[in-house]
Amino acid sequence: MNTWMRHLLALLLGCLIILPAQAALDAKVVRQLVDDDSDQKLAAIAALVQVGTPEAARVLQALSNDALYATDQRVWLKADDKVYDATTGAEINPAPDDVDTVSINNRVRGALDSALSGFKLTDPDPAARLAAAQSLQGDVSAVMIPALTAALKKETDSKVKPVLEQLLAQANLKNPDVKARLAAVEDLSHSNSPNARGLLLTRLDPANEPDAKVRAAAQSSIAAIDSRLAWISALANVFSGLSLGSILLLAALGLAITYGVMGVINMAHGELLMVGAYSAYVVQGVFRAHFPGAQDWYLVAAVPVAFCAAAAVGMLMERTVIRWLYGRPLETLLATWGISLVLIQAARALFGAQNVEVSNPSWMSGGIELLPSLTLPWNRVIIIGFALSVLALMWAIMQKTRLGLFVRAVTQNRAMAGCVGVPTRRIDTLAFGLGAGIAGLGGLALSQIANVGPDMGQGYIVDSFLVVVLGGVGQLAGAVWAALGLGIVTKLLEGWAGAVIAKIIVLAIIIVFIQRRPQGLFALKGRVVD
Amino acid sequence: MNRRTALKLVTVCTLAAASGLSGGAFAADTIKVGILHSLSGTMAISESALEQTALMTIAEINAQGGVMGKQLEPVVVDPASNWPLFAEKARQLLSKDKVAVVFGCWTSVSRKSVLPVFRELNGLLFYPVQYEGEELEKNVFYTGAAPNQQAIPAVDYLLSKDGGEAKRFVLLGTDYVYPRTTNKILRAYLHSKGIQDADIMEEYTPFGYSDYQTIIAKIKDFSAQGKKTAVVSTINGDSNVPFYKELGNAGLKATDVPVVAFSVGEEELRGVDTKPLVGELAAWNYFMSVKNPENTKFTKMYRDWAKKQKLPNADTAVTNDPMEATYVGIHMWKQAVEKAHSTDVDKVIAAMGGQTFKAPSGFTLEMDPKNHHLHKPVMIGEVKANGQFNVVWKTKEPVKAQPWSPFIAGNDKKKDEPEAN
Repeated sequence: MNTWMRHLLALLLGCLIILPAQAALDAKVVRQLVDDDSDQKLAAIAALVQVGTPEAARVLQALSNDALYATDQRVWLKADDKVYDATTGAEINPAPDDVDTVSINNRVRGALDSALSGFKLTDPDPAARLAAAQSLQGDVSAVMIPALTAALKKETDSKVKPVLEQLLAQANLKNPDVKARLAAVEDLSHSNSPNARGLLLTRLDPANEPDAKVRAAAQSSIAAIDSRLAWISALANVFSGLSLGSILLLAALGLAITYGVMGVINMAHGELLMVGAYSAYVVQGVFRAHFPGAQDWYLVAAVPVAFCAAAAVGMLMERTVIRWLYGRPLETLLATWGISLVLIQAARALFGAQNVEVSNPSWMSGGIELLPSLTLPWNRVIIIGFALSVLALMWAIMQKTRLGLFVRAVTQNRAMAGCVGVPTRRIDTLAFGLGAGIAGLGGLALSQIANVGPDMGQGYIVDSFLVVVLGGVGQLAGAVWAALGLGIVTKLLEGWAGAVIAKIIVLAIIIVFIQRRPQGLFALKGRVVD
Repeated sequence: MNRRTALKLVTVCTLAAASGLSGGAFAADTIKVGILHSLSGTMAISESALEQTALMTIAEINAQGGVMGKQLEPVVVDPASNWPLFAEKARQLLSKDKVAVVFGCWTSVSRKSVLPVFRELNGLLFYPVQYEGEELEKNVFYTGAAPNQQAIPAVDYLLSKDGGEAKRFVLLGTDYVYPRTTNKILRAYLHSKGIQDADIMEEYTPFGYSDYQTIIAKIKDFSAQGKKTAVVSTINGDSNVPFYKELGNAGLKATDVPVVAFSVGEEELRGVDTKPLVGELAAWNYFMSVKNPENTKFTKMYRDWAKKQKLPNADTAVTNDPMEATYVGIHMWKQAVEKAHSTDVDKVIAAMGGQTFKAPSGFTLEMDPKNHHLHKPVMIGEVKANGQFNVVWKTKEPVKAQPWSPFIAGNDKKKDEPEAN
């Protein structure tokens, strides 16, 4: 942000306190606002800010919303589905023919955002004031001190107040008074904002800051902010590791049953993920066509659909192909690989070869801003929660239900289980269906963060096997630890070495690990039945 | 000489036999043209639209009477985003289908993979996408931008007052030849503008990569050093969707850290919610939003075509820069064939230089007489909430391409025309 925009903001805040009454705007200024030249536009914005009336604010808001229109004769704006003349503020009826909106670039947009934030610092709604104050972070200067002090005096909300105090400290950094500067520098040591750090950096330069004491204080404030920012960035890394881990876990959990527990090398596992992801796409289409009002909730409805679709495909695979190949891993591998190709082609035939668009529901867009430099995207937070609930569901099924009991019995000793009356064949089908269904849920989660296309599964098959093998074949707990471990290690390495190198290092680590410990992180103890 | 005549005779005989077999005199009256674009895999997001544009343009030319009175017959193959498969399919088009010309490729790695085939069989390729330069082939016409027609002006814009006077740059790309070479050129260019290595961060991700959390966190850190930061993205293919989704979710706004992309257009943004991305930039030689009669005709033609072909989401079909380049390329090839009165590759190449065409970008584009590249205007656009671009800067005249960038050492000695092979 350039310096004179700061002056303009100061002017604006000053005006808000005086609040002159004025109805019509200066036609010349409004004309200047629609000029093609950015400098002219910025000058007009400054002039309108100085006017400071609600009409001026409305014109600026319209410009920011792409709702300001101009022909050679007149300038008008759209607000709340009505059309007003920009100069007089009178409603125009009938509305003029549509022409192009007045376009702005990033430079003008930044200035506009700050100007509008300035208007909103006195908004009656505390949430609006908070957003306005936050968007001014790093954009303040000494000329704004009186205005900010006034706003701070009036401020009663406990959330907005500390932000305003930080803003005031940022503004005071350029106060000609050495004492005020020193106090501001010390105040800012409590900040978590990278913007504040940027401002403090400018105080280190003797050309900007003549006083040695202030420079030293700035240095120690930066050190304090840095140590906190280091913590925050470590936290962010751990979060992204958890997020990647949860995705790996969702992709691998199904395989942990089919391969880990049943011993079937299922190369079509990735395609079961794809079936789940396409289920989300189909359900989204149904909601768009029939329940447009409830569109935000299509994803919830897609959960059972994805599970059932993938489970059905899985059980069909088991009944028709895999059942005849138990105990012959090599043939199973080839047969399931063939099935994966069939499934990919089927998806191409049904939905086309291109990726399909699966949208994020509005409650999964955006993020929760914990600290100024730490934003946790909603979709990732929700997927971590989803992974945990799928895990809990699977644990409950395996440990608490009769089906789970039978599956464990069949895995440990098929002959004995058969002897005591467990229908082993049916259990095989059901267990495979369960594993496939869980894979479908994984695919549903993937549809929210990755691309949905016929060959999306190919990218996850290797990772899924890595997780299961690393965790220890036959162990659910192992899969959990392996997925989280892989996620966090990958993300830490990515931060340090970049995505391409990180992938190579992770593979190398796994090779060494498996050589040292072929049974994986956790091994089944006791007599393992083959 | 004798051998060549003999070969020609054999070819003619085979062709005659083939056309006889495939039924009737009509088949002999068509000219086969090959379309070589990925219709599946990671690049399908970008390339499928080019296939459709090529088919549409061919249908348009056929409806107007074809080329020299002959109808064009498209031969479509799918190299499936698989680089070696591109070479195989190109060989099939040239030696089995005997196409007169091929329109195709997007990524530079696919173009590099087919080059030996076109050289060996003396085929003709029209390549419609912006690329890294460092190449000048007799058998290829480049209708996309060279670095000085896209990358360099984009960086100039970021350095300018309206572009935010950036002082630090993140060069982010997919890990293959185009982003690596472009970033090498940009790094040298930024050095010439007084920007040090400490203020440049270079990052690469594999094709099809979808987890951009760490990279966006890194960009945030890098931009928090008190200097205006801008990101130059050469991410290609469907990775762009997760990248822009993450960018929107992480709350990194264009007014703070603008991202200028070289491979993201209207088509790539269709699957993305663009509201959080307002103000992000793209540098191209054409945008769907430019206003002129040619573009109105072009966009309407494509919308109608999409509806007629029942393409997915046809009612929101968009046009973009490589689609325009495909359209211009096919029309220029038609003009050259008509000038040469032949589809013979060498004669068409000779007739291509100096061809002009009134393009949807609103400019009359000229094929350079020598260097096989189009003279193109450069435009910088900002993303709007509706997924279209608002042109915030453009050149007054088309710019001549410099395939050999002066910012790579040793290029000053290279000739601005293809070497004889």
